[in-house]
Amino acid sequence: MLRQIEGSRAVAETVALCRPEVVCAYPISPQTHIIEAVGAMVKAGLLSPCEFINVESEFAAMSVSIGSSAAGARTYTATSSQGLLFMIEAVYNAAGLGLPIVMTLANRAIGAPINIWNDHSDAMAVRDSGWIQLFAETNQEAADLHVQAFRLAEELSVPVMVCMDGFILTHAVEGVDMLDQSVVDGFLPPYEPRQVLDPNDPVSIGAMVGPEAFEEVRYLAHLRQMDALERIPAIAQEFEELTGHASGGLVRSYRTEDADTIVVALGSVLGTIKDAVDVRRQAGERVGVVGITSFRPFPGEAVREALSGASRIIVLEKAFSIGFGGVLATDVALVVQGSNAKVFSVVAGLGGRAITRRSLEDLLAQSVRGELNPLTFLDLDQAAVDRERARMASTRRSGPSAENLLRDLGSDYAASKAQT
Amino acid sequence: MTRQPVRFYQVGSFAVGNRLLNDEDRTVQSSPNRTNSIDSGHRACQGCGEVLGARYALDAAMRATNGQLVAVNATGCLEVFSTPYPETSWRIAWLHSLFGNAPAVATGVAAAMRVKGKSEVRVVAQAGDGGTVDIGFGCLSGMFERNDDVLFICYDNEGYMNTGVQRSGATPPAARTATTVAAGPEPGNVFGQGKDLPRIAMAHDIPYVATATVADLHDLEQKVERAMEIHGARYLHVLVPCPLGWGSASDETIHIARLAKETGLFPVFAAEHGRVTSVSPIRHRTPVEEYLKLQRRYAHLFGSSPRPDIVARLQEIADENIARYGLVTEEAGESVASEVRT
Repeated sequence: MLRQIEGSRAVAETVALCRPEVVCAYPISPQTHIIEAVGAMVKAGLLSPCEFINVESEFAAMSVSIGSSAAGARTYTATSSQGLLFMIEAVYNAAGLGLPIVMTLANRAIGAPINIWNDHSDAMAVRDSGWIQLFAETNQEAADLHVQAFRLAEELSVPVMVCMDGFILTHAVEGVDMLDQSVVDGFLPPYEPRQVLDPNDPVSIGAMVGPEAFEEVRYLAHLRQMDALERIPAIAQEFEELTGHASGGLVRSYRTEDADTIVVALGSVLGTIKDAVDVRRQAGERVGVVGITSFRPFPGEAVREALSGASRIIVLEKAFSIGFGGVLATDVALVVQGSNAKVFSVVAGLGGRAITRRSLEDLLAQSVRGELNPLTFLDLDQAAVDRERARMASTRRSGPSAENLLRDLGSDYAASKAQT
Repeated sequence: MTRQPVRFYQVGSFAVGNRLLNDEDRTVQSSPNRTNSIDSGHRACQGCGEVLGARYALDAAMRATNGQLVAVNATGCLEVFSTPYPETSWRIAWLHSLFGNAPAVATGVAAAMRVKGKSEVRVVAQAGDGGTVDIGFGCLSGMFERNDDVLFICYDNEGYMNTGVQRSGATPPAARTATTVAAGPEPGNVFGQGKDLPRIAMAHDIPYVATATVADLHDLEQKVERAMEIHGARYLHVLVPCPLGWGSASDETIHIARLAKETGLFPVFAAEHGRVTSVSPIRHRTPVEEYLKLQRRYAHLFGSSPRPDIVARLQEIADENIARYGLVTEEAGESVASEVRT
């Protein structure tokens, strides 16, 4: 049923349809609306049997999830940003133990400086943890991906993280076609664990493994992710046949048939990029978009194929590896090596900075003119950066840069107000 | 549950072998039907107090729950020596996740058992003192505060022994560790630091808190049994001497544990809902020197340049414990024939 609904609410109600048995979380913006809504449903008895556990930290939230999943319960949690980093030891542990926990990551920047708005630094920080990471482009897809995530996680015994852009998706109210319980029940069978804590059939889970077998254990985890490359599109197709929703899969292309310039991105920014591409297409430029839904496992072959006709590949991402450049760009560059395509890394939208269609149009035009640098920071205020660099050069005790920049921009703002 | 300790005329002591006891009073360990929760073949050091304590506690918990038990283990000696891949000494359902999260993992197991309709399955979480008072403390306090249905057992050997004997928040004053060396004007660990976790646990008003040592097997088993009769958060703090870290002879583990209690340095008691309900009185009040001299971690207090001033400060701590818990009910040094435990 199509409803005007907040993204968080759509996710919460869809998670509820998946019949989770243990839900455990700790509050952090912008994930909180999801957990509040699930918690309210559990409290009202709508999800029985289900335990909702309020804990003292994200580290505990993931740890409770590890215990409940290992004891055979379908387990869900959600977090963002600092919360993900606070639980990171347990995030790796859940993957290492092969526990099919599903977690929503409402993507948010990581401090310092503290910032509650959207970027993808949090997801990238756990890129190598062994979790499957799926990125939603819309709230419809965010909701749908949770159903697919439980199916995928439990089939493979691998935890799955559904990444949705904080505020941009979590707090946006838009039309979402909500599923019926019977549809979800038909798609998602009850959880049948591969390993479980059972006093009547006792096993040791979490034994110490030395050099004699550690590499094999890790390689098996890699193989399960390679299996996921097969299962993700198959599950998405089955889901589409059942619901009519084209959600999930590995990659999705838009107007790439004859494109010589293709923009690659993750998440909700794909919508804006498509708008910019439409405009540039009208100007006669052959530009297209490839959205990556499955970031881990990285669908190298599908990405290579989707980009096969392009000579210029612009990887636009809301995160970067400080001291090097784009994270996604590195992955893309690796899989297209040997082709003639040139890969450009564009860092954009950090800490919630709006990525506008106008900026993207300029970027595409710049690229077509051959003026794009290998590493670009979109809409960077270079003058403000230069002024801070000058302050640092002139005074040893120049003070905290973040505060200096705010003061600097504040006086700029005051000056511009004074002029008008 | 009341136990009336008796002096057995056959041996002239309160402590006897099981053969002098009625069947129902015999220990779980003496039964051929015990679980052997931790089976032979593990790699604990000779004289390890922790593996003794864990074996007693878990076999007792297994009997109390008719075998319907899951154990969650923090990282540490107990986890490392029991599960070198591909072997395991555990004959019970056992999960190890991380160093600092055993209480939370146990909460998750208990929650899953409830929703799965298996509420007869009970959960024990266990850790060393580092995993309890230091790195696991946040999760432990959270588990206590929510009154989750978990028995948490701390096997306290007063330091980070698995990583090579470093100071923890449970290391006693003056003790030498690798991070509190016996040098300078105040050799060893400093005075005035550390956490008294049984009292912190009691401050959470949880239904059951108790301490025990590996010197009194009957007492330890009975405390586990009592804990398993109760639902909600329960805490058992077991003193387990570590020959490696304490520098003691491996055949002195039980003796040293007994002296810890008899000196008053380690008070043995039980509390329900934040109030002490029973104490194990000191039978032969012993000066702390007798306990300290058996351990090389205190060697700098004796020998060629002795530090009687520091020994006196440790004696003060023991005396304060004796006063706080009323550990001496009659004249010091006299046998206490009428002790009653509730």
